[in-house]
Amino acid sequence: MSQRVLSRTAPKETAGVAERTRPGPRRRALDAAEKTWRPLALLLVCFGAWWVIAAAGWVESYLLPTPGATLDVILDKPGYLWEHGWVTTYETLLGFLIAVGVGILCAVVMVYSTTVEKTLYPILLFAQVVPKIAIAPLFVVWLGFGIGPKVLIAVLIAFFPVVISMVTGLKAVDPEMLQLSATMGARPWQTFLKIRFPASLPHLFSGLKVAVTLAVTGAVVGEFVGANEGLGYVILQANGNLDTPMLFAGLLVMSLIGVVLFVLVEIAEKLLLPWHASRRDTAATLTL
Amino acid sequence: MTTVNDTALNKAAPDQSDARSHRTGSGTASAVRLDGVSVRFRTKRKDVTALSDVSLDVARGEFVAIVGPSGCGKSTLLKLVAGLLAPSAGAAVLGGEPVRGPRRDIGYVFQRAALLDWRSARRNILLQAEMRGLPAAAARARADELIRMTGLDGFEDAYPHELSGGMQQRVALCRALLHEPPVLLMDEPFGALDALTREHLNVELNRIWRETGTTVLLVTHSIPEAVYLADRVVVMSPRPGTVTEVIDVGLPRERAYAATLASAEFRGATGRIRELLGAAGAHD
Repeated sequence: MSQRVLSRTAPKETAGVAERTRPGPRRRALDAAEKTWRPLALLLVCFGAWWVIAAAGWVESYLLPTPGATLDVILDKPGYLWEHGWVTTYETLLGFLIAVGVGILCAVVMVYSTTVEKTLYPILLFAQVVPKIAIAPLFVVWLGFGIGPKVLIAVLIAFFPVVISMVTGLKAVDPEMLQLSATMGARPWQTFLKIRFPASLPHLFSGLKVAVTLAVTGAVVGEFVGANEGLGYVILQANGNLDTPMLFAGLLVMSLIGVVLFVLVEIAEKLLLPWHASRRDTAATLTL
Repeated sequence: MTTVNDTALNKAAPDQSDARSHRTGSGTASAVRLDGVSVRFRTKRKDVTALSDVSLDVARGEFVAIVGPSGCGKSTLLKLVAGLLAPSAGAAVLGGEPVRGPRRDIGYVFQRAALLDWRSARRNILLQAEMRGLPAAAARARADELIRMTGLDGFEDAYPHELSGGMQQRVALCRALLHEPPVLLMDEPFGALDALTREHLNVELNRIWRETGTTVLLVTHSIPEAVYLADRVVVMSPRPGTVTEVIDVGLPRERAYAATLASAEFRGATGRIRELLGAAGAHD
């Protein structure tokens, strides 16, 4: 008798927990505004300070153009910046995607084979210590002035965070989950696809966010060393001509590319891992 | 077995005798058998003997609880039965076959629910079917049946982070029962729950055990939980773990919670276990 009563009341214990689900769209919009207004305000203050300093003539205009002059250049030659910006974006994305593919593959092999890990890991660490920017000229000698060296530098710079985050993720899987999987008679590939890989994705994405911004740097460094297109080239040209408004315009577009790619990775994370995104809303404040 | 229990049995109600005869009647058909099993771990500094010469025979359909101080190798014992760990000496036999590697003919429940965050409650339960390649339609039907049985209705589509600890553990239990395993191994399944939730789940586990007829091996720190749920309670000594005594609870299998806790058999058994564990110098 008492047993029946007890089991009836049992589900109640969770009612409070299940109710704290997703907030409504209005609430979410308010939350987003709450999170963004502070960094946005600081950014505006910085632009304001830039404008005041440049417009007041405290600094010569060939050293520091006004924000207006910079904007004029962007609006004046949208085709030029767009064209070169696209080249840089293309190199960045290609380098990033290759780094992701190769990085994930390396991580998986290292996690499943201790021999490979012991062989490869120290070399990876050593390779990370070598400043890849310093080898960039060599890549130009080897691969010419085309897209090759830029992509290669982007790959090499973005590769490390991908491998490290993926190895961490694959190793962070709950050992009890693996034991459970063994009692289910799961094949190794099943355990990998259904448990290990999805469990590693939150770690991987934190690495991807670092990697994508680094890939932009890699591509631009490649363009600095030897190129006739891309934003790195634009900046070098502008620098040579003392055309600081163009230089600043190039910088602005470059930063924009970095931000857009970063946000794209975040959106992909939210779409692929809704279960994860909903659990860490504090980290989201770091987005902007 | 022990004096305490024999006297308790003599005074007991008539319907408990069928619980006894059920066990003795199954005779040779033991679900789990451990023959002189020892487990030694080698760590950097020293060798640790986790289990020393443990023998145990669990009949089909029987509920056996294992209690003992922390570090007496209770969990190790379950892992041996599941084939997740090989003994240093002796042998484990499950369903008449010696255990030589991970076994599929069991259900396993850990202290932590160990659910996949990215799957709803139902899909977490169905993981068992996917890994085993069971027919999907039958597995879904069975999952729905278990969801009803454990009172998870209405929470099938909730994700683990939306569920309380008690609900998560119910999901883990459903997952362990999906393939109707002959043996259910539970490693402190309710250890992380609050007292009230724990009582609810004890009552439910008793009912589920009777409904499914599965053999259960339960490791627990709670003496009342062990006595309320089990046909027999194995009391273990601290490291190296050995079986100190096996206590026959002598209660009918259908047990109302309050009445059981107030019964002479219950108090006799819990008293005796406390005495044994106290003598071993443990206060867990």
